[in-house]
Amino acid sequence: MGQHDKFDAIIAGAGHNGLTTACYLAKAGLKVLVVEKNDWIGGASVSRSLHDGWTYSNCSYVCSLLRREIVRDLELPRFGLQVIPYEGGASFTPDGDYFAYYSDHDALRREMFRHSPADVDAYERFSQTVIRQCRFIRPFLLRNAPDPSSLRPRDLNELLFLLKKAHGLGARELGETLRFWTMSIGDFLDEHFESDLIKAHIAGAGIIGTGLGVYSPGTAYVLLHHYMGDVDGSIGAWGFARGGMGAIANALGACLEEAGGTIVTGSGVDEFLVKDGRITGVALENGDTYEAPIVASNMDVKRTFLEHTEEKHLPEDFTRAVKRFKIRGSSGKLNIALDALPEFPAAPKGAPFLRGDMHCSQSLNELERAYDDWKEGRWSQQPYFDMLIPSQIDPTMAPPGKHMMTVFVQYAPYDLEVNGIRSGENWNDETRKQFADCVFDKIEIAMPDIRKHVLHAEIRTPWDIENEVGLTEGNIFQGELTFDQLLFNRPVPGYSQYRTPIDGMYLVGSSAHPGGGVMAAPGANAAREILRNVGKGNLMPSHAA
Amino acid sequence: MNQLPTAVPIGVIPTPLQTRLEDLSTAKSWTNWAGFISPLVLDTVEFEYFAIRNQSTLFDISPMHKYRVTGPDALRVVNRMVTRDVSRMRDNRVGYALWCDEEGMVIDDGTVFRFSDSDFRICCQETMHSWILDTAWGFDVDIVDESHQVAGVSLQGPTTFSLLSDAGLTVAGALKPFDMAEVEPGLWISRTGFTGDLGYELWTSWDKIAELWDRLWAAGDHWGLRAIGYEALNICRIEAGFIAAGIDFQPVHTAMRLHRGRSPIELGFEKLVHFDKGHFNGRRALLKQKDAGPRHVLRKIDLAGFKPADGALLYYKKKKEVGHVTSGVWSPTTKRNIALAEFKAPYGYSITDDLWAEIYVFEEGVWDKRLVPVTFEDKPFFINDRSRATPPRPF
Repeated sequence: MGQHDKFDAIIAGAGHNGLTTACYLAKAGLKVLVVEKNDWIGGASVSRSLHDGWTYSNCSYVCSLLRREIVRDLELPRFGLQVIPYEGGASFTPDGDYFAYYSDHDALRREMFRHSPADVDAYERFSQTVIRQCRFIRPFLLRNAPDPSSLRPRDLNELLFLLKKAHGLGARELGETLRFWTMSIGDFLDEHFESDLIKAHIAGAGIIGTGLGVYSPGTAYVLLHHYMGDVDGSIGAWGFARGGMGAIANALGACLEEAGGTIVTGSGVDEFLVKDGRITGVALENGDTYEAPIVASNMDVKRTFLEHTEEKHLPEDFTRAVKRFKIRGSSGKLNIALDALPEFPAAPKGAPFLRGDMHCSQSLNELERAYDDWKEGRWSQQPYFDMLIPSQIDPTMAPPGKHMMTVFVQYAPYDLEVNGIRSGENWNDETRKQFADCVFDKIEIAMPDIRKHVLHAEIRTPWDIENEVGLTEGNIFQGELTFDQLLFNRPVPGYSQYRTPIDGMYLVGSSAHPGGGVMAAPGANAAREILRNVGKGNLMPSHAA
Repeated sequence: MNQLPTAVPIGVIPTPLQTRLEDLSTAKSWTNWAGFISPLVLDTVEFEYFAIRNQSTLFDISPMHKYRVTGPDALRVVNRMVTRDVSRMRDNRVGYALWCDEEGMVIDDGTVFRFSDSDFRICCQETMHSWILDTAWGFDVDIVDESHQVAGVSLQGPTTFSLLSDAGLTVAGALKPFDMAEVEPGLWISRTGFTGDLGYELWTSWDKIAELWDRLWAAGDHWGLRAIGYEALNICRIEAGFIAAGIDFQPVHTAMRLHRGRSPIELGFEKLVHFDKGHFNGRRALLKQKDAGPRHVLRKIDLAGFKPADGALLYYKKKKEVGHVTSGVWSPTTKRNIALAEFKAPYGYSITDDLWAEIYVFEEGVWDKRLVPVTFEDKPFFINDRSRATPPRPF
C-alpha cells in the first residue's frame, strides 16, 4: 500500500494553471495538494538546464498573456518573478535584406516605407483595428464564459455584460469583430498590406500553435489571442521571464508553499476516483491515493476524461464531445546552446531588432505551403519559425559571451508519415535530426554561420511534448483556439464553466475558457468557481473588467 | 592686456560626458540638472528601466553638488549640520542624511561620505556652500566646493559587479552596501545608488570621468550595459521608496511661501534624527515636534488599479480631502501601483483606514477619474536580496 492522505482539494498537474488554482484555493484557507507526474513543476512553463551552464525555456518561451491581476493577487514578483520586455523583431530574406519590426514607432514607419510606402499608414489602421478588438476581448478573460442557454442570474448577468460590450461597439466594429473571429489571417492581411514580407512577418501570430494555415478561417482570432496580452499595460508587448518561463511556475510554487499548500512530484494521476457521480480523490501511478471532495484537473480535457477517468462515470454525449475536441499538435521546438552570438550579415551590429523575435518566412504563400506539408504528415520543408536569443537580455540563461537560442518551429506533425504510415512512433533520433537540419538550413538565411556555434540542441516534436509534458498530441493550447471551441463551447458545449459531469471535479487548464498560452486565466477563473461552490466566493478577489 | 570681454555661458552647459551621451541619444530628450545638460531619456524609458532591474546601467551624476569639509573640526561641523550622528559612522562609509534649518525644516537631503573624522564630503541636489559656512562658524575646518572638480557616474543593476570585474575592478566585490574605497589612485567606488538594487557610484576627477566611462563601456558587452536618463531612474527610486527634493518635499530654502517646509519626522525619517548626539541644526524644533506630533506625513502607499497616481488627491471616506500623491508610478518589477503621498495628519498617521485616491486619467481627448482604495506600505516596494548580498552575485 502506498501513501494515503486527505485534503480539501487536489489539483492534478503542476502546470501554471493548476498552480494558479491551487494558490487561490490555499489562500482562501483550503488544504490543497498538487500532484505532478514529472520530477519538476511547471508543465509547459518550465526552465531546465540540459547543457551545463545553460538554462532553456524548454516549452513556452515568452510571456505576455499572464494576467496582471493574477500576478498582483498572488504577489508573484515577491516570489521571484520578473518579466522583462523585449524589443521588436525582424524577418530576414535570402537576398540579404530584412524587414525590421522596430519597437520605436518612427523607425517602424521608416522601415515600412522602405519596403512599401502604402503599408505605412495601412499599418496604423491595422493596429487600430487589432487594438480595438483586443480591448473588447480583454475584459472577458477573467470572467466565466456565459452559458447562453442558462437562466441562472449569474449567466444572465454574464450574457448581459457580453451584450452590452458588443452593443457598445456599434455596427461597424461589431461587424469587424465577427470577421475577426471567423476569417483567416491571410485574408485579413491581404486587405491591409501590399508587402509580402510584411504580411509574412505579421501572419506568424495567427498560426502559432494551431493546426491551421494562414488562409484557414479562424486564424485571425489566433492572432488576436497573441496580441491581447500586455507587459505593464502595453497591449501586444511580449517579454521574457527572467530565468526562463520556469520562473513563473516557480513563483507560483513558492506562493503556494507560503499559503500552506503541498506539491508532490514524481508520480502522476493514474485515475480520478469517482463514487456515485461524485469525485472522491485520485489514485497515482505509484499506488498512492489521496482523498478530497474537490479535484481539479490541469490536464487537457482529452487526457483527463479519455485516459484517466472511467468512461462509465460520464454521459455518453459528453464523452463524444470530448473525443471530437480538436487538439492537433503542429509545432516543434529547438532549444540551442551557442558558443557565441552568430553573425547577422544583413543587420547592423547590435541592431535592437536582433533582441526580438526573428523569422525567415517570405510570404503568405510560403506559409500556406508549409501547412500543406503538415497536412500530409511531414514537417514543413520551408518551416515558419519564431526565434529569439533571450540571453542577450537575460543574463541568467547562458555564461557571459555565450548564448541561448529558442526556436519555435511550425509545422511539425504529431503523427509523422514515413513510408505511407502515420505514427508518432516515427519520431526517432534520425527523423528528429532531419527535422532539425531542415530548420537550421532555413535559419542560415539570417545567420549563415549558425551551425558552427551550436554546442547543444534540444529537439522537440509534438510527440516529445505529449510524452514529456502530457499535452495531447503536443498541442500547446490544450485544444485549438477556433471559434467552435471558444467561449461557451470551450472545452465542450454545456461545460464551459470549469465544471464537469462529475460532481466536485473541475477542469482548470487551457482546455477551458479562455484558452491557451501562459495566461493563468483558466486557473484563476476555475478557482473562483470552486470557491463559490464551497461558499467561499468572497475570499477570491474580484477582477474589475 | 587686450583680453576680449568674457561672460558666463547662458543656458545649460555640457558635463564632461555629454559627447558620449549625445552619441547614444536617439530620443534627444534632455533636461536641466543644476545648469547642466542631463538626459531624461536616451532611448526608451521602458528599456532603460528594465536594464536597471535586469542588467547594468550608467547615469552621469556629475551635476550633483559636492562639498568637502576637512580639518580638525570636520566631524563636529558635519554632525552639527545633519540630523543623524555621523560619529557613529565608520571611516570609508557613506550615509544618507537630511539637514534642517533652526525650525527643523529640511533644507536638503544627500549623502555624507566619511573618509575620516577630519575629512567628509557632502553630496546633494541644492547649492549648500553658504549654509555649510554658516554651520561651521567658529570651527576649524576648510570648506571647498568640489562640484566641478569631482565627477561621478552611477553604475546600477544586478550585473554591475560582473561588469566591474571585467573592467579590472574586482576589488569592488569586497564593498558592502554603503562602503567606499579608493580602488585606484584618484578613483573611488562607493556601493551606493538611487535604485535599491545592486549598484555602485564611481567618483573621479572632472577631467578623468570620460576615460572612466569608456573603460566601463568597453566592459559592458556581456552585461547588457545601457546608458540611462532620469525618467527610468525615477521609477526605480520610487520603487526603492527614496524621496526626491523638490518633488516629495520642498527644500525650505527654496520655499517662498510660508509653511511649505517639512521636517525629517514628517518625511518619515525620525530614525535618522539622533537627538542624543548633542546640538544640531533644528534639534529643539524637532524635539518639540516629536512631542506634539507631525503636521503632515509622507507615506508609501499601494493603490488599486493600474493607472499611475501621480498628482492624485487623497480622500478620507471618499469625501474629505486629506492630501495628495507626490510621486506615483506603475511599478513594472513589483507589478503594483505605487506612490509616495503626503497626508495631513492625523490622516496617514493615526487614521489609516478608509482612505482613497482620486486618480486622474487623460486618454485620447477625455479626462476620466478613478477612485481607488489606498493601503500603506512600510518597507520599500522593491526588495531583492541581490542588492545587499556580499560578495555580490554575478547577476
